[in-house]
Amino acid sequence: MNLILVFEQMLNGLQFGVMLFLMAAGLTLVFGIMNLVNLAHGSLYMVGAYLTVAAVQWTGSYPLGVLLGLIGTLVVGMLVEVIALRTLYERDHLDQVLATFGLILFFNELIAILWGRAALYTSLPTYLQGFIEIIPGSIYPVYRALVIGVGLLVGAVLWYVVAKTRLGMLIRAGASNRIMVAALGVNIRLLYTVVFGFGAALAGLAGLMAGPIYAVQPGMGELILIQVFVVIVIGGIGSIRGAFVGSLIVGMVDTLGRAFLKPLLGAFISPPAAEAAGPALASMLIYLLMALVLAVRPEGLFPAKSG
Amino acid sequence: MGARTLILAVCVLLLAAVPALATLLGQLYYIDLLRRVMIFAIAAASLNLILGYGGLVSFGHAAYLGVGAYSVGILAFYGVHNGWLQWAVAIAASALVALVIGAISVRTRGIYFIMITLAFTQMLYYLGVSVEEYGGDDGMRLKVKSQFSGLVDLDDPVAFYYLVLALLLVVIYLVHRLVNSRFGMVLRAAKSNEARSRAIGFSPYPYQLVAFVISGAICGLAGALLANQTSYIAPAFMDWTRSGEIMFMVILGGMGTAPGPALGAFALLIVEDLLAGWTQHWQIILGPLLVLCVLFFRRGLAGLLPGGARHG
Amino acid sequence: MRTPVRMLAAVFAAASLVIAPLAAAQQKIKIGFITTLTGPAGIIGKHMKDSVELAMDHLGNKMGGVPVEVIFGDDQFRPDVGVQVTEEMLKKHQVDIMSGIIWSNVMMAVVPVVTGAGKVMVGTNAGASPLAGRACHPQYFSTSWNNDQTPEAMGKYMQEQGINDVYVLAPNYQAGKDMVAGFKRYYKGRIVEEIFTTPGQQDYQAEITQLRAKGPKAAFVFYPGGMGVQFVRQYFQAGLRERIPLYSVFTVDETTLPALKESAIGQWEAKFWSPDLNVPASKRYVADFRKKYGYTPAFYGAQSYDGMMLIDSAVRKNKGSLADTKAVVAAMRKADYDSIRGPFKWNVNQHPIQDFFLLRAEKGGPDGVQMKIQKKVFDDHKDSYYQDCKMAW
Repeated sequence: MNLILVFEQMLNGLQFGVMLFLMAAGLTLVFGIMNLVNLAHGSLYMVGAYLTVAAVQWTGSYPLGVLLGLIGTLVVGMLVEVIALRTLYERDHLDQVLATFGLILFFNELIAILWGRAALYTSLPTYLQGFIEIIPGSIYPVYRALVIGVGLLVGAVLWYVVAKTRLGMLIRAGASNRIMVAALGVNIRLLYTVVFGFGAALAGLAGLMAGPIYAVQPGMGELILIQVFVVIVIGGIGSIRGAFVGSLIVGMVDTLGRAFLKPLLGAFISPPAAEAAGPALASMLIYLLMALVLAVRPEGLFPAKSG
Repeated sequence: MGARTLILAVCVLLLAAVPALATLLGQLYYIDLLRRVMIFAIAAASLNLILGYGGLVSFGHAAYLGVGAYSVGILAFYGVHNGWLQWAVAIAASALVALVIGAISVRTRGIYFIMITLAFTQMLYYLGVSVEEYGGDDGMRLKVKSQFSGLVDLDDPVAFYYLVLALLLVVIYLVHRLVNSRFGMVLRAAKSNEARSRAIGFSPYPYQLVAFVISGAICGLAGALLANQTSYIAPAFMDWTRSGEIMFMVILGGMGTAPGPALGAFALLIVEDLLAGWTQHWQIILGPLLVLCVLFFRRGLAGLLPGGARHG
Repeated sequence: MRTPVRMLAAVFAAASLVIAPLAAAQQKIKIGFITTLTGPAGIIGKHMKDSVELAMDHLGNKMGGVPVEVIFGDDQFRPDVGVQVTEEMLKKHQVDIMSGIIWSNVMMAVVPVVTGAGKVMVGTNAGASPLAGRACHPQYFSTSWNNDQTPEAMGKYMQEQGINDVYVLAPNYQAGKDMVAGFKRYYKGRIVEEIFTTPGQQDYQAEITQLRAKGPKAAFVFYPGGMGVQFVRQYFQAGLRERIPLYSVFTVDETTLPALKESAIGQWEAKFWSPDLNVPASKRYVADFRKKYGYTPAFYGAQSYDGMMLIDSAVRKNKGSLADTKAVVAAMRKADYDSIRGPFKWNVNQHPIQDFFLLRAEKGGPDGVQMKIQKKVFDDHKDSYYQDCKMAW
């Protein structure tokens, strides 16, 4: 029984990690290629969730709503890039942090004006509501299993696109020397807009997958954003591989910490002390992990090769 | 440069005249508002030291506001109301926390530095939330303000106002002196070209760490002031968006300039006050305003002052 | 372009902008109402603000024949901003009385400022225990409750039902600990485990898995706002709704029901008020609220509406003035008004003595799902702190 519990918690950790990865992938892609720190990535996650809820309601079909939501977030992302962020690529990180911080305020308030401040109602189609038996004696919600599947699939596709396709080649080239790529006749501006759009769509995908489990409300992006930054810093900023490994580590550490830290502490210190320290430590765990990683490896686990 | 000095002097004189003007017009509220603004100006000035001159983008400066405020609150909780002691502890505790955080984070660069300072502030935030003795997230009340044995009475809004004004001027002057000293030269050199300063024999790490600690200590003082201003201490002081706001004050005012942080704090908090009084959706205006400032207003308010051009 | 003269002109222009609103001779009552209007918690602020405006409609924007102006302030969920806004209302707008406030920490920071200025504070939500006990004050009234009362009601009910083996979950902050303490004051059965989660946490799958593994007979939780939406939804999706009954406080209400709908059906809540409460003043409030705003008000709104009616009673008793604070306090203590609770009684700490009910989320009503009162749990319940309050009446 106990082993099944540990297995289920690891599955939960994997699922949380995959959710983080969907966010982290877009963020780290944009950073690695355009050298842009985008705090408003969480806002795109929120936009994805809202657009999908609206589109599902409008079309009455879940798959169609998801598709529209994804396209919508892609468009919003490209618009944001063209209007506000394009000029920020040449600036230092400080300017980028501040400008995108301003975008967070804007998007949160815009969503609050359009949809109100109350959390929105979201539901799943009946075929995603059931359970599956992964190993005997352990049932797992279909939807969460689907999240894991989608996340792993996105990871594989991303790896393939970046490593094996012409677009990926251009992306990698643009990241290491944009002037040279532009001189070779590639429209680097368009390339960047497209990459940013896809990063946004990935955030939107994370948002729409989160919609049925989490609360769809203004400001929902910030709650996950900081955790995502922890992920990409641990993994090494700009590295998709780092984001993947970082996501899984953070997902596992956080989930297992919440589940087992208190009983574990109870074995060493007095129960009342464990009662007090356990939850506090569990909420700080991923930050401690990040400080530890950076103390040993100041550039994260998988530093991106180019500056 | 003459005109610049003149304008700044007029600004200071205006600030000094605020209590008299406010009393005359029966608008005592502005004494409180401007005192709060000046406290944040001190915090922004402390950040400017490492951000504007040292190039260290700390995204966790609210932590020291919290440490400073909690130092005062915790001492008061145990019946120690002596302001000298409280404020000394606030400064020392913030310096110590900055030393620990700095020792790890100053080694990192760029975005890593931004994120690790943020992470440490989050840890302190959760620590504040989970410590039950001091009210957890409910925070605690500062029943008695810091006592300075009859020298200054913080319960007198005007006396407190002038104290904060004096401290703000002292802090700005101190930062100014510091960055123009030999120490400051190394700090600025490391910002503009780290490899070169290493080549001429300076390892920037100890300089940056010391600057980080001084900055934290000054911000701790601002925290002690904020605790007295609010008569209340809560983990909400360390909210990560507050770090962002302090940072924005520096940028808006003009980073790497002596009067910049103060100008930025004034502009941001007054604009916020005006917008919030006008519409509850004020953030939809403030947000794009931030973006526009960053995009088109790079030198900040201080850049508008005559003779404000700076090299670097 | 950058002449000193221009700069000076700009400085003076800015200064005059700040000083502009000069005190005008006023022949009206000014009420300062603070709540949270921005951020995710803004939904609570909306219920409160809309209710205050409805109260003004019902009163014809007059109290005791004198025109009323309500000035709303946003505390941004931060105690220091709350204090700043309070100072602004007291000194700049020169309000006659203060009201509102959602959060305990903002309330505890603001009350001394208001009482220090010689004004009265009518709290309409925050139920900080110190303010009900040792820090009670003649100029502080509450039209809500003390934090512990609601979980006490749930504890009593579960105790009476003989439910044993309860799994307890709450966020790891002060209110969470207060709720659990209040629950345990009346519930004496076996508690399987107490879990405190990170404030603001989104994913509860790990906790729900642990809970299921322990196989308790029931779960008691406190998850306000967005946390509640997330927890209840995930509990439902984990298929535990039918297997382990979920009892909660401040988790499912009319601010979160529209987001939860079917996933909330079967949830047990304890509360002092519900939109279906059979009291004339309450029925009128709910009906007119739905008509005006098109949604169902939560208790946050009801308390705020009640606060305005209480202030109105004090103004009427004092012939259209709030100038004499002593007289205002004396008039408020009479509580001579039609409360949404029905007959209204004060405890010595100026918190209501009130009934508490067991509610259940059921299908039906204008929103598809609604809270229905099942039974009365407490008759005239007093909070657990009033004995620490040394206040002479």
